[in-house]
Amino acid sequence: MAATASLPNPTTFSSSSLTRRHHRQPSPSTTTFTPTKQPSSFKPLISLSPTLIRHASVIPYVTNPTSSSSSPSSSPPATSFHGHCYVVRDNIDTDQIIPAEYLTLVPSKPDEYKKLGSYALIGLPESYTTRFIEPGQYSTKYPIIIAGDNFGCGSSREHAPVALGAAGVVAVVAESYARIFFRNSVATGEIYPLESEVRVCDECRTGDVVTIELGESRLVNHTTGKEYKLKPIGDAGPVIEAGGIFAYARKAGMIPA
Amino acid sequence: MTEKIFARASERTKLSPGENVWVNVDVLMTHDVCGPGVIGVFKKEFGDDAKVWDREKVVIIPDHYIFTSDERANRNVDIIRDFSNEQNIKYFYDITDRSNFKANPDYKGVCHIALAQEGHCRPGEILVGTDSHTCTAGAFGQFATGIGNTDAGFVLGTGKILLKVPPTIRFVLDGEMPDYLLAKDLILQIIGEISVSGATYKAMEFVGTTIESLSMEERMTLCNMAIEAGGKNGIVPADATTFKYLEGKTTMSYEPVYSDAQAGYVAEYRIDVTKLEPLVAKPNSPDNRGLARECKDVKLDRVYIGSCTGGKTEDFLAAARVLLASGDKVKVPTYIVPATQKVWMDLYTLPVPGSGGKTCSQIFEQAGCNSPNSPSCGACMGGPLDTYARMNEPQASLLVNY
Repeated sequence: MAATASLPNPTTFSSSSLTRRHHRQPSPSTTTFTPTKQPSSFKPLISLSPTLIRHASVIPYVTNPTSSSSSPSSSPPATSFHGHCYVVRDNIDTDQIIPAEYLTLVPSKPDEYKKLGSYALIGLPESYTTRFIEPGQYSTKYPIIIAGDNFGCGSSREHAPVALGAAGVVAVVAESYARIFFRNSVATGEIYPLESEVRVCDECRTGDVVTIELGESRLVNHTTGKEYKLKPIGDAGPVIEAGGIFAYARKAGMIPA
Repeated sequence: MTEKIFARASERTKLSPGENVWVNVDVLMTHDVCGPGVIGVFKKEFGDDAKVWDREKVVIIPDHYIFTSDERANRNVDIIRDFSNEQNIKYFYDITDRSNFKANPDYKGVCHIALAQEGHCRPGEILVGTDSHTCTAGAFGQFATGIGNTDAGFVLGTGKILLKVPPTIRFVLDGEMPDYLLAKDLILQIIGEISVSGATYKAMEFVGTTIESLSMEERMTLCNMAIEAGGKNGIVPADATTFKYLEGKTTMSYEPVYSDAQAGYVAEYRIDVTKLEPLVAKPNSPDNRGLARECKDVKLDRVYIGSCTGGKTEDFLAAARVLLASGDKVKVPTYIVPATQKVWMDLYTLPVPGSGGKTCSQIFEQAGCNSPNSPSCGACMGGPLDTYARMNEPQASLLVNY
């Protein structure tokens, strides 16, 4: 083997320092950025629930967080997500999530945003016999995705978490994420990128009915009866709950409201 | 050195991996695929009349879906043009005549190569772009990484971005580079070693005698694929090679940053390049490393030479030397897509060493390759269905990209 790994000066990092706390509560002395003009308000992600209610066999629900309008430094929101899950494997790349040919659709245009949703996960190989979205539909029956390692790897295209969010996904539970995908999920507030502690994708099957208790960092699979601990979403939670970095930044006083 | 670049950009004396800091951005890049989305976010959040934080620090480069009749793709170039005019963006490399790329004096081509050629990559700086391969610019001893539309919209308005300081993996490459290897083989060796998630959230620092001997384009190839290992950024210390490359390309002053002797790394890999062989990444993953000689019986349907990874001048010179040495004609359709206008011109003007004065274009023609096509990202990521050299049915293609 030509390459050998040696650790002359290994710097060890405890797992806590590597949790994804991208958007920590800023201190009062943080610089305020002043762009020239201020726009409209942001709707919190939690209120975007219509796609979850439509399904016949199981009635999914999303409870409103008690702290949706309070300051960013409050305790984690008491939020639950419930519905069928769709299970994928490792290294699901952004080209599988939203193939390049659909990137002419601009996410900030509402009708194109909706169209992006209809193509979510259309790039998955044929080995995935159950389609994520039925042909002709704009949203999915599966508000929760369960995945293996390195979910969202590949391109930086923000269209990836956007397509999932537009299709009605509220959360992904993966073993690990690719960096830019995770960051984009938080910045847009489109989906909760949650991490499991074990390979949940090996123990769940597409169609299983699951509940995510966000405040307790817990995943329950009602079909198998098993429960799993999730890693806390941490400081990314309030950002996603606020609806993304802009909404959060306004709430936190980093940019004028 | 990544930690030190972050420290300077956040006006702190010292930072450690894991810290979240607001850094000042030196250059923000976007292109035709993500630009419209970024602009949408910017206008929605900062207002229709808002102005970008610095019209000289935004570089807008149409390059992805250019030579196509796809209406939305064409519309997207119009959107970034309108915005550039409205904001008086200093660096917008426009294209209006799609039928003849040469009729567009400002048009460059592939964004990451254009950034380097136009002198926008400078040691010690922070460059972010709406493209995963923005990490290419790390070849210049700067921090460069890809971000999404929303993050970029935020930067457009404020000139700042919240980043977590990454820990660094050090790759020490020593030994004289054999003439049958290119930087692409080096990075494929590394990715095959650590996997597509081996460098997730980390900086990949490339040092050693081999690195010091590499040209800027070879260093760019190396850093370009840091993202294929999941890396946050790739980085090569700036040296005389860097400074020479930048001469005449930029008038802005810059201050290189270097790792301290006692800097901490989360892992270190040592590679003796004299022991390596040419490699390929087999379907379907960049970490599915294979020896080229073990794949010689794989039947190909086509070959595509292009992209930010493999479409630079030196990549074509290397390809030309191989074709020259074989003296044969190519057995499958071979597509040549230079990254930028400048690369295109080099194909037709630069003599290939050892060829008796022939240019790449002559060698490609004699070998039966298709003529060099308009510079852009081309078919690398597919693009609209009418993109040149796009594979629209299952085929085996040898791609000189990832």
